[in-house]
Amino acid sequence: MKVYLDNNATTMCDPLVVKVMEPFYSEIYGNPNSLHKYGTAPHPAITKAIDQVYTAINANDADDVIFTSCATESNNWVLQSVWVDHILNGDKNHIVTTEVEHPSILSTCKFLEDQGVKVTYLPVNEQGVVEVHTVKSFITDKTALVSIMWASNETGMINPIEEIGKICKEKGILFHSDAVQAVGKIPVDLQAIHVDFISFSAHKFHGPKGIGALYIKNSQALSPLLHGGEHMGGRRSGTLNVPFIVGMGEAMELATKNIQATMSKIRAKRDRLEDAISELHDTFVVGERNNRTPNTILISIKGVEGEGMLWDLNNGQIGASTGSACASADLEANTVMLAIGADNELAHTGIRLSLSRFTTDEEIEYTINHFKEAVARLRMISSSFAKQAPTKGGEVQECELHHH
Amino acid sequence: MAKADVLGESLWDAYSNKVTTLMNNPQHQGEIFDAEAEARGNKLIVADFGAESCGDAVRLYWEIDPKNDEIVNSKFKSFGCGTAIASSDVMTELCIGKTVQEAVKITNIDVELALRDDPETPAVPPQKMHCSVMAYDVIKKAAGLYMGVDAESFEEEIIVCECARVSLGTLQEVIKLNDLKTCSEVTDYTKAGGFCKSCIKPGGHEAREWYLEDILTDTRKEMDTATMKAAADAMAAGGGNFEEMTLVQQIKAVDAVIDDSVRQFLIQDGGDVEIIDIKKNDRGIDIYIRYLGACGSCDSSSTGTLYAIESTLQEKLSDKIKVLPI
Repeated sequence: MKVYLDNNATTMCDPLVVKVMEPFYSEIYGNPNSLHKYGTAPHPAITKAIDQVYTAINANDADDVIFTSCATESNNWVLQSVWVDHILNGDKNHIVTTEVEHPSILSTCKFLEDQGVKVTYLPVNEQGVVEVHTVKSFITDKTALVSIMWASNETGMINPIEEIGKICKEKGILFHSDAVQAVGKIPVDLQAIHVDFISFSAHKFHGPKGIGALYIKNSQALSPLLHGGEHMGGRRSGTLNVPFIVGMGEAMELATKNIQATMSKIRAKRDRLEDAISELHDTFVVGERNNRTPNTILISIKGVEGEGMLWDLNNGQIGASTGSACASADLEANTVMLAIGADNELAHTGIRLSLSRFTTDEEIEYTINHFKEAVARLRMISSSFAKQAPTKGGEVQECELHHH
Repeated sequence: MAKADVLGESLWDAYSNKVTTLMNNPQHQGEIFDAEAEARGNKLIVADFGAESCGDAVRLYWEIDPKNDEIVNSKFKSFGCGTAIASSDVMTELCIGKTVQEAVKITNIDVELALRDDPETPAVPPQKMHCSVMAYDVIKKAAGLYMGVDAESFEEEIIVCECARVSLGTLQEVIKLNDLKTCSEVTDYTKAGGFCKSCIKPGGHEAREWYLEDILTDTRKEMDTATMKAAADAMAAGGGNFEEMTLVQQIKAVDAVIDDSVRQFLIQDGGDVEIIDIKKNDRGIDIYIRYLGACGSCDSSSTGTLYAIESTLQEKLSDKIKVLPI
């Protein structure tokens, strides 16, 4: 059996989505900006997709949702254009974000720091969540933007976006949220919650890779990142990616139309898996279950190094993910794991399992068995559970390797 | 970046078959207990290296025949990734049958070579080379425990890059011989810093005592000092090559020649000369001077006097000298 449990990295494109995209490659291929009938032929499908997207996040008709190539582009757009509009050409000089953002936020903030912008990286609590009073205390009258992820890709933990939105609105500060792990997984209602900008991406909810969007409240000003023709009202240039827009709309509708029911189905499977693997001794799961995206588990398994665990799961045809330093190309310890601050060991023993609506009960049962076998094998090899004590003088007092 | 890096490597695909096989089925994982070893009249040594909180930990077991110091049996336990487990397994294999004194000569390079499928292809990608280093460290620790000496004492030289086992001495020598100016040149010449990159500068995978950046800076400083010292010594010995002198030495040398052979005649006529600058270029060495007092208005200052100063300096210091009044 093959089991894909890395849905926070990317998801399978739903065959229903692929199906609605298909006509827009070789049949209906006109450029939507052209005046002739080839150009207008895809208009109904694009209009439908726009409706699907607005409905899925309950955007107001006065708001803009602009298609981009990915959420990384959306994140870059907000940060770089707020810098241009409000810092270079305004009287602000400060951005507030968190230590646990996606690299497309963190690297862009580092770039802006190099340009002289002050950036505050807020810590998270042991649950991996940003606390509202922390956000409040770091906002100054020079703050141009607060950018805080809606839900974490690593832990699945959901930040108090509604409360942070209220504070930003009160203080008149722009608020952006990277909602990549929220849209399609949990309800996102942009008429109930105040956010100026959100970024999201289709491939996280069974849409195609290579398309994302930026939501802009009240069509407010934000300089374009990509200049060019008059596509999407001049806000983001580049010929409209018709099949992907159509696919994204469909994927969003499929992911959100019965979201409560879908969530509870996924949550039941996730809880079954989480309960079963938590039976193993010396393990712990990061974050309160009720405040987590319903598909995510980040579990630490004492004595089992993350990449080793991934290896064994991979041998069993199970795809998962780890924050382990050893699994990354640069060997750097995972900043999210360290930011949670629980224990250095978590940075090396964390395994992330992320489900989707396509995950089956059989797959969960198979994973439970294989997961337990892998832990048993690796713990048998592990020095952490060895019985014979080292020769006097042969012990290790502390980490001699001085990793981060 | 180039074409090969557009997608980037797949970490696990770069492992040798041997690494994969041993990760899936390590041959020497397990424990040896004190009582067992004692019953066979042997001595058990158990050494730890690393810790779970560092991401890698290994425990090495040696059962040693005290009569001839032979390691008759060896096992390991490892908390680590696939390459850490495979490296530990091969290390254990390499220890068995050797005396403690022989085993201590096993390096991480030997471990990595033993993991190769064919001698020409590395067993692991560069950033994983570091996993084999722990195998080497734990051997030294075990040998130290058995012989009652400090593990450090087995290291004859300071190893700066553990992955490629490059010593401080080698690095300094290669930098000097090849006049290396950047860290990436040092990596190209020695392989040091080409693997886990910890030893290049602080802030890498692990903290190190020595960093290539500092070694390069210090060695270059040492090289510059040596050059200056040689020039100074040569001058003190009453000679030296003017062209290789430092600027300050050149100014002093020029001044000395002018003092000895020129200045007295200028002063007699109510003038003087000062050195403004010395510039080296492709044609030779330009010495810029300025006439003072009466010399400033003297016709000869741009002909006869200038010729006299220039030819004196050429004769005493270097025929490449050209004197330019400003």
